Amino acid sequence: MIALENLTCLHGRRPAVHHLTGRFEPGSMTAIVGPNGAGKTTLLRTIAGLHPEFEGHINRGARLALLPQAPTLERGFPITCADVVAMGGYAAATVFGAAADRARVDEALETVGLNGFARRLVNTLSAGQFQRLLFARLMLQDAPVMLLDEPFSNVDARTTADLMRLMHRWHEAGRTLIAVLHDFELVSREFPRTLLLARDKIAWDQTAVALSRENLLRARLTAEAWTEDPALCRDAA
Amino acid sequence: MRDLLFEPFALGFMRRALAGCLALAVAGPPLGVFLVLRRMSLMSDVLQHGILPGIALGAVFGGISVFAMGTGGFLAGLAVALLAGVLARATGGREDSQLAGVYLVALALGVAILSFRRGVDLTHLLFGSVLAVDDTALILMAGAASIVLPTLALIWRPLVMESFDPDFLRAESGHGAAIHLAFLALVVLAVVSGFTALGTLMSVGLMMLPAVAARHWGETLSGQIAASVILAVLSSVLGLLLSYHADLPAGPAIVLTAGALWLVGIAVGRRESLLRRLVRHRHYAG
Repeated sequence: MIALENLTCLHGRRPAVHHLTGRFEPGSMTAIVGPNGAGKTTLLRTIAGLHPEFEGHINRGARLALLPQAPTLERGFPITCADVVAMGGYAAATVFGAAADRARVDEALETVGLNGFARRLVNTLSAGQFQRLLFARLMLQDAPVMLLDEPFSNVDARTTADLMRLMHRWHEAGRTLIAVLHDFELVSREFPRTLLLARDKIAWDQTAVALSRENLLRARLTAEAWTEDPALCRDAA
Repeated sequence: MRDLLFEPFALGFMRRALAGCLALAVAGPPLGVFLVLRRMSLMSDVLQHGILPGIALGAVFGGISVFAMGTGGFLAGLAVALLAGVLARATGGREDSQLAGVYLVALALGVAILSFRRGVDLTHLLFGSVLAVDDTALILMAGAASIVLPTLALIWRPLVMESFDPDFLRAESGHGAAIHLAFLALVVLAVVSGFTALGTLMSVGLMMLPAVAARHWGETLSGQIAASVILAVLSSVLGLLLSYHADLPAGPAIVLTAGALWLVGIAVGRRESLLRRLVRHRHYAG
């Protein structure tokens, strides 16, 4: 379980996420959606411990694994697919031991549909193949909670379907999944729960309830409002 | 021919210089490959200028000893590297103009400080001299290499991860900043330790040029590193011979040789070379 208590994520003095309280239940599968600039990625990074500027509390019950947004990675770096997947075993590895079992790496590559890619360099992969590779690394991390930041951007329909199937398998195995997404249709179809974010929490509920027309309209209006000279938040710590 | 290639190394000072340069040729280029791949090549410019004020201060306060100047250079290099990191963070990665400002000031400051100290040959300090490689200098170069290589091996895995996906390492271990700092310290050590033989302005060349050229020979990370070390060893041997026969300072001679080998890579290297462009192979079926 991950509990957020009055969480405000900041960029300087501007809140990217504002006074958010709520919990991701163990074994739940939640989509975080909202307009551009709604604070989705910042929220995910804050939960992952990568964004230190925040107020309030985060209670992380279990080990987390993050699938980062693809553009934050140096894709020209000359390492092989097997090496990238093996990174997933880093936390459990010793300094002088292997990062991960060769067999587990091959198995993960096969599961995401990258058979025979072990020795390919990552700079030769397409966007979809690269995303599959990150999913394989996530498998090796083997964490009870998985955070996915825009896992399907620049990915074709078939790859999305394949990776979505993988996520459902993880969900059925009892893992907690939290994904930042853009595609409302996909979210309505595949995700039981949704957090609709537009700096403030608009809704955090079952997907059908959260994505009501009224909520979506409110999210849009909140996100488009930008004041040059905002007043101080009355609830600020 | 035999005289041309082997005779010079019959001389004691040439052998010393060769031993020192070979130590650096093995230790420096692997760091250079990481700098290139992390798009931090500019950092090497900053360092080659940034260590001079430290070396100058060492000479003013500690006398003209390799140890005093080396220590000063190492501390100044660390300070400049940290400053560059702060600037990168403050400017959101658009630090290049600020870094140019830093190294211009550092070079001027170094030369100005040195003018207080008589008896220092500026040319030797900036461009190196084979005669300057005394026992202390040799120990400095070999010692630096002996520290750089095992430490690099130790931080190899997290360093690769940090270069490829910095957020991942931070989320997994929280050692990201420490790894980055350790890496920078190794780079500073490798650059500073070569200053006697190669000169402060040139010792970066033995680290960076083979690393830049390595992409024409190696595909994987280990392949590129192996290629860079081979190129640097060749540059050291041939460069010292050039220095001896043409009566050039050792630094420029070695760096010119490394530059020539780079051109060879561009022309006929295994990857992304002119030759590869001219010679077309039939494509595969799938």
